Amino acid sequence: MQRLSLLISSLRQTLRIMARNRVGFAGFILTMFVVLLAMLGPFFIHLDMTAHTELIYQGPSAAHWLGTDNQGRDIMMQIISGGRSVVYVGALAAFLTVAVGVTLGSLAAVVGGWVDSVINGVAEIVITIPKFPLLLVLAGFIQLDSPTGLALILASIGWGSLMRAIRAQVLSLKERDYVQAARALGLPTSHLLFKEIMPNMMSYILVQFVMNMTDAVYSQVGLVFLGIVPLESNNWGVMLQYAWRFGAIFSANSRWFLFVPIFMIVLLQFSLVTMSRSLDEVFNPRLRVGE
Amino acid sequence: MRRVFKNYYLIRLLKAFLTIFIVTTLTFFLIRLMPGNPLDIYISQQVAQGTPYQDAVQMANSIFQVDLNQPVYVQYLAYMKNLLHGDFGVSIISAATPVIDIVMRFLPWTLFVVTISLFVSFLLGVLFGTLMAYKRNSWVDHVLSSFASIITAVPNYVTAMLIVVIFGVTLNWFDTGSIRGSMSPGVQPEFSLDFLLDALYHASLPIITYILTTIGTWMLMMKSNTVSTLGEDYVNVARARGLSDARITTAYVGRNAVLPLFTTLAISIGFVVGGSTLIESIFQYAGIGLKLSAALTSRDYPVIQAIFIIICASVVLANVLADLLYSLLDPRIRAEGR
Repeated sequence: MQRLSLLISSLRQTLRIMARNRVGFAGFILTMFVVLLAMLGPFFIHLDMTAHTELIYQGPSAAHWLGTDNQGRDIMMQIISGGRSVVYVGALAAFLTVAVGVTLGSLAAVVGGWVDSVINGVAEIVITIPKFPLLLVLAGFIQLDSPTGLALILASIGWGSLMRAIRAQVLSLKERDYVQAARALGLPTSHLLFKEIMPNMMSYILVQFVMNMTDAVYSQVGLVFLGIVPLESNNWGVMLQYAWRFGAIFSANSRWFLFVPIFMIVLLQFSLVTMSRSLDEVFNPRLRVGE
Repeated sequence: MRRVFKNYYLIRLLKAFLTIFIVTTLTFFLIRLMPGNPLDIYISQQVAQGTPYQDAVQMANSIFQVDLNQPVYVQYLAYMKNLLHGDFGVSIISAATPVIDIVMRFLPWTLFVVTISLFVSFLLGVLFGTLMAYKRNSWVDHVLSSFASIITAVPNYVTAMLIVVIFGVTLNWFDTGSIRGSMSPGVQPEFSLDFLLDALYHASLPIITYILTTIGTWMLMMKSNTVSTLGEDYVNVARARGLSDARITTAYVGRNAVLPLFTTLAISIGFVVGGSTLIESIFQYAGIGLKLSAALTSRDYPVIQAIFIIICASVVLANVLADLLYSLLDPRIRAEGR
């Protein structure tokens, strides 16, 4: 019971700090909105994907609030149901990237020696190979049709620069006096890492999670747009691809089919980036001084 | 001291070659050994069409430049030897066309566009960033900062699409049909003003897109670096010595603030070249990225493989160049040998 009230009060404090940075807080609210819409929205709607040839490329109306697509299907229903895989792949890929980057980064810094050299060497190659072409080539050989598989691949090629940054931070943090003091007390390495060093990197790790999520969304939508990754039939990337391919750009009514998914993708990316700035302030008390 | 200096470049080059070597090896094993690899698929397709198995293997051998009757390590050595001679095999789709010819026809256009874009965006970004730092908290800073953060959050393919829809279709500032390709029909590549202008006309949309989508990063980085450099003691000392503002801005502040950007430049090269697949598809610009997506759609594996290796090699070499540039500007790096 006491723990619960402690949790609530710390949550409240977090929200209060976030609310002080108005732009960042707006980013947080918008991110929550898009994520909730994408994850929960599909439960509340009935998606009808049958073609209605008499309704092709209608502008917004009372029946279809955001108009209809190249087969006369409602755009808003597709938007609501098409965000789930975008958000899911983005979040899972970011989580895995951060997990791999933090594990390997702290391992390299704490163990050192040949482990450090090997991890660094592999990271250097992973960083240098341009990601998007690698994804395209991999997609040519591996069936990338499962969202989880795509997230795994995104993480396996995206951990390089994060690992380097984590390694550098752990290297510098482990020389600090309080860590040295804990070591002198004979506390195990796991304690040093998880209780002394990790809490000081949480802000950085969280910001990296958000930034990696934008990267993953970029790559995923790009792959779907090129038609390389055949995910579900109604995904924001698929909508973009159809709109682009089936001439939605040429009239004011049909452009809704292009602009609405674009708006959702940009909204997600922009609110994530904005949120990451306010997260920085929440976890980094030094940035707050003087406000 | 001189030996360390030499060693830095040597080590850097060795690492670059190692990366290219690993990329080529990886591609070999992807094509040759992965379950469901294109060789097996090709052979089973031919067999399904009624070709005898041995003939199908022969056809696969000639297309993929391998000898399937040899052990894998012999195949690998032969593959590496061919690559070193610039022999990437022949295309499956455009029969009898050496892949290297296809790559060489499309690659220069991409390099042309990417080089110009990164150069211009880096230069403008550094200029704007410095301006923002000197005028911080003024309206100029607020406008430029908001612009930079919005434009960085928008994926580059979205920017490209919006350019086509807004400026091409709606406002009709250019003809969306004739601007496609890398040059107009009838124009020959030659050293003349007409050719250059035509090439620039066709390249203008990709260039604008790349500039718009990369400039924000430079602006924001340059601003924060400049602001922190302005607080350094040596800048105050330079002021106290009565040096001119222009000299302090360029030699003392600018030079130190711009250094960290070069590391990001290396990453940016990879990102822009990699993203060219998307941008070139949207504008139908006939560069290596458009060719790659066409080859992916038609499953033309020798072409995919060659383009991937060439893209990686270009990015690795560009990284080396960015690093060398960095070490020229920052003498400390040479001494430490990183």
